[in-house]
Amino acid sequence: MTGLKVLKSGPSLTLQDQGRPGFLGNGVSRGGAADLRGVAEGASLLGQSPELAVLEMAGFGGSFEATGDVRIALTGAPMTAVVDGQPVAWNASHQLRAGQVLEIGTAHNGVYGYLQLGGGIEGTETLGAVSAHLAAGLGRRTEEGDVLIAGPDSGTQTGLCLPLDPRFEGGEIRIVESFQSDMFSPETRQRFAETVFLRGARANRMGVEMRSDGEGFAARDQLNILSEIIVPGDVQLTGDGRPFVLMRECQTTGGYPRIGSVVPCDLNKVAQAGLGSSVRFKWIGLDDALEIEKRHAKECQTLRNQCAPLRRDPADIPDLLSYQLIGGVISADQDPFS
Amino acid sequence: MKAIQRAAFPHIRTVGLFGLIVSFADRLSEPHNRAALAFREAVTRAAIDGVAETSTSLASVFVRFDPDVVSHAELTEALQTLLATQDWSDASLPPGRRLWKVPTVYGTDRGPQLAEAADLAGMSEEGAIEALGTSRVRVLTIGFAPGQPYLGPLAAEWNIPRQTELTPKVPQGALVLAVSQFVLFADASPTGWRHVGQTGFRTYRPEADEPFALRAGDEMVFFPVTKSEYLRILDKDPELGGACMENIDL
Repeated sequence: MTGLKVLKSGPSLTLQDQGRPGFLGNGVSRGGAADLRGVAEGASLLGQSPELAVLEMAGFGGSFEATGDVRIALTGAPMTAVVDGQPVAWNASHQLRAGQVLEIGTAHNGVYGYLQLGGGIEGTETLGAVSAHLAAGLGRRTEEGDVLIAGPDSGTQTGLCLPLDPRFEGGEIRIVESFQSDMFSPETRQRFAETVFLRGARANRMGVEMRSDGEGFAARDQLNILSEIIVPGDVQLTGDGRPFVLMRECQTTGGYPRIGSVVPCDLNKVAQAGLGSSVRFKWIGLDDALEIEKRHAKECQTLRNQCAPLRRDPADIPDLLSYQLIGGVISADQDPFS
Repeated sequence: MKAIQRAAFPHIRTVGLFGLIVSFADRLSEPHNRAALAFREAVTRAAIDGVAETSTSLASVFVRFDPDVVSHAELTEALQTLLATQDWSDASLPPGRRLWKVPTVYGTDRGPQLAEAADLAGMSEEGAIEALGTSRVRVLTIGFAPGQPYLGPLAAEWNIPRQTELTPKVPQGALVLAVSQFVLFADASPTGWRHVGQTGFRTYRPEADEPFALRAGDEMVFFPVTKSEYLRILDKDPELGGACMENIDL
């Protein structure tokens, strides 16, 4: 049995997968990985199913010691990663040997990094899935001393990488009208799409706050609506008219009106927008959204074709500074014009 | 962008990309909730290809589906056809419902806002305990938290507003009241509803074989016990707090 022993853990490590659909009637949202694209990338790098459980790391990783030989993939928000002190590439697969220590630091960009093991990570299923759903009291955080046990791994290939798909700095988020959109005036909906929002400080697996200057976005009869179904991606306006994008671990019903619903594939981008990233919403029609979503699903299924062998980048050569590359080096922090 | 005209109830609208909602009303009443429960059951029985999941809110039914299998237009038409088969506000409730009788301590330090709620309803505390303790309420919907029921409707005098301030924390099993409904808290939580009673009933036990005690459509009676009786019951039955369950005959 091989795997990784957690020597040191970041503040929020959880096992995640595709979530547990089917419990809306019991008040349990689907949950699952915040950035499913990151999960799909890791699975394709390791040549395995995206249904297998992965370690989701919010903001910061941790230190992990290989208890045996194990393949790993690092995807999602790019984080500093070293193996036995040597930097290793992100969005890539690597071979760890027994006893080697993998250290994963802070996210440079984005929020959620993913550590995947060849064969997936074994975990206890509750309600049909391994993923931790802390809001529903399912599973728990992964902590120091835990061992991530790898499932049976039929693959052998490592040293592959994928181009970084840009989704870590906010940008354009596509949104469709949903059943409560007409509670907002056409002018309000238009102003919503013309506003540049900054991702706020209140953000987690349940919801992400969007901040803007100026007037809020109020519904017409905000205080008198029935609690209704929530789906991940819904943009809810709280009492003061400030938007929250509801994420995969959201409540199943809620009484705040929702102006629209983010196209599911763009929800990865919302999850990965770091604090202060600017975001703009763009209204699109339902048919276009369905087409975009279908294309995205197809792309995730064919990521394997984009996997390429890792080339050794000079930046990855640890003793680069000891090479005599050029003569007459000048100091980088000396002002040449002084 | 144009304003959308709301059609008369019941109506069907889209929810995100993969959902439709059938709404019977924009306010709660017993017939509208009955319609939602009965229609969800009918959708389940119809076993429409591509339908992945259904759930109800107070007066609506949500249907999640795969548009690659059944398109929005096809599913809308199938639901409309089903809607037209009968008056759903007058339908029989789904089979398999249960009646739960739950020992409840009203007032004291365990239900500290009983007096306040009774006052708002224009009743004495004794009158309130008598009225609430004999009300047979329905699980109108489950939501907000896993396994957590909204219960009602209570008689019109209990249509009291939520408080403006949040109570920072009520315990698991707390019975709270507002807008002619109870909520029985599945876990400790902040709330804007008034905490009138306390039970030892755990509606959600993630570690159990059957994690969810209640289903939408079940009925409940919160009969009064004294605080010392409640504490004795809690000792003996920390999971269900002395609740008994029987099947409701059709």
